[in-house]
Amino acid sequence: MGPWSTYRLDDFLLFSPRVYWRLFEAENAALWPLHLATTLAGLALVGLSLRRPGRAMVWTGLLLAPLWAFVAWSFLLQRYGGINWAMDYAAPAFFVQALLLLAAALMPGGPALGRLDAIGRAGLGLALAGLLLYPALALASGRPWAGAEVFGIAPDPTVLVTLGFLLMARGRWLVLLLPIPLLWCLFSGLTLLAMGEAQAWLLLASTGLAALLATLRLMRLGARAVRE
Amino acid sequence: MATAALGAAMLALPPGRALAQPAPLARAIPSSGERMPAVGLGSWITFNVGNDPALQAECTAVMAAFFAGGGRMIDSSPMYGSSQAVIGRGLAALGRPDALFAAEKVWTSSGANGPAQIDETRRLWGVERFDLLQVHNLLGWEAHLDSLFAMKAAGRLRYVGITTSEGRRHDLVEQIMARQPIDFVQLSYNPVDREAEQRLLPLAAERGIAVIVNRPFQQGALTRRLDRAPLPDWAGEIGATSWAQLILKFILAEPAVTVAIPATTRVDHVRENLAAASGPLPDRELRGRIAAHLGAL
Repeated sequence: MGPWSTYRLDDFLLFSPRVYWRLFEAENAALWPLHLATTLAGLALVGLSLRRPGRAMVWTGLLLAPLWAFVAWSFLLQRYGGINWAMDYAAPAFFVQALLLLAAALMPGGPALGRLDAIGRAGLGLALAGLLLYPALALASGRPWAGAEVFGIAPDPTVLVTLGFLLMARGRWLVLLLPIPLLWCLFSGLTLLAMGEAQAWLLLASTGLAALLATLRLMRLGARAVRE
Repeated sequence: MATAALGAAMLALPPGRALAQPAPLARAIPSSGERMPAVGLGSWITFNVGNDPALQAECTAVMAAFFAGGGRMIDSSPMYGSSQAVIGRGLAALGRPDALFAAEKVWTSSGANGPAQIDETRRLWGVERFDLLQVHNLLGWEAHLDSLFAMKAAGRLRYVGITTSEGRRHDLVEQIMARQPIDFVQLSYNPVDREAEQRLLPLAAERGIAVIVNRPFQQGALTRRLDRAPLPDWAGEIGATSWAQLILKFILAEPAVTVAIPATTRVDHVRENLAAASGPLPDRELRGRIAAHLGAL
């Protein structure tokens, strides 16, 4: 290897955009109509979070954990891993995140929802964007609808929705639950940027916003702990 | 499958072209004298198509057209994702053409892991042995060169080489070329990336080291940029009908270059690339004009 400064972002891109987007077409064709179930389940969780926040994070964790594991196995390992050896490392990280989400949902003192503050409302917006807006990006980018990225099927919307729910929640578990989703968004955003895809900016902006809001949330948590 | 892919490649030819196409220019590998068609086939990005059957078939068609046009050298690396498996599948579909010159790389920082990686690569290609193994981007080069020289001495490998790209680590490449008995060096060279002309190409000629030129089109960025401009009339003086052919003719006119290995997913492009290695090549004056023209665009 040469000095890192001599490398451009696209030097790390191992595949063409055409091959990348066809992964989603193949995955969607294999799994349809599971997309309807994952999207409806995600919307149901949003509704539960707004109407009955008390137990919402338990159900959120119980839904998100298997979806993270499913996306890791079905998409990252079976599809994306075929063209990107980095998935050998990303997929285990997804499995770890699944375990963390499960543990946070089941163990006492896990993240909890309260009244939505400004950060929580931004998280709600992010979750809804991941559920409803992200699949439409395929059409907006001139790609076929058959290649839409859908929550619970494709990694990016699954991770964005997860980040949204985490921003809506409070609790020390966030320190453990946030790094993997944020790192994935950064990785995927840079990959899309190397491919010259405009939606890279949407993902990177969401990542930056989520990281900023999460930091604020954790700082408030820390300040409260000091006061107590 | 083999017949279908080969047939698809042949059907795309203009009538009468299949038999009329002249054999590409061949250059001698200095360490052996073996003649090698001067245009090979790279696989970086283009052959990394994963498990997509339609795209795998496209790659097989490209390989079929490559062999039908007189090509021999196919180059890949463990770094290239699924490319090695796609090449292996294509070779099996085409009946493992005798013409194949299999060029691969070892790409791991651990010298101890090199032999296992080479075995896995051989399994993916479905070949008994490689013609050429290169240390990819000089990663772990000292340990790997020892292993590769031992393989060559044992008759399990024909040629040993090293690679770099995009002008990286030329100082170390130069040291290795000067001190190690390598057969090949692979580097980036084209009309707008000419650093290799300063020391590496003259040293290769002096030391009798074959030169493989990678990224002749800067991974397509150069040809995409040039496609916006018309091909100059004087390109016709050497029979170049596209920017890609003009670039390849510029590269092949450098006497130290043995093979250029453009990568493509298209049958028409592989034929166009092979055709660049027939007919006249630019002289010194015209090479200067090509470099100046492309540099100004």
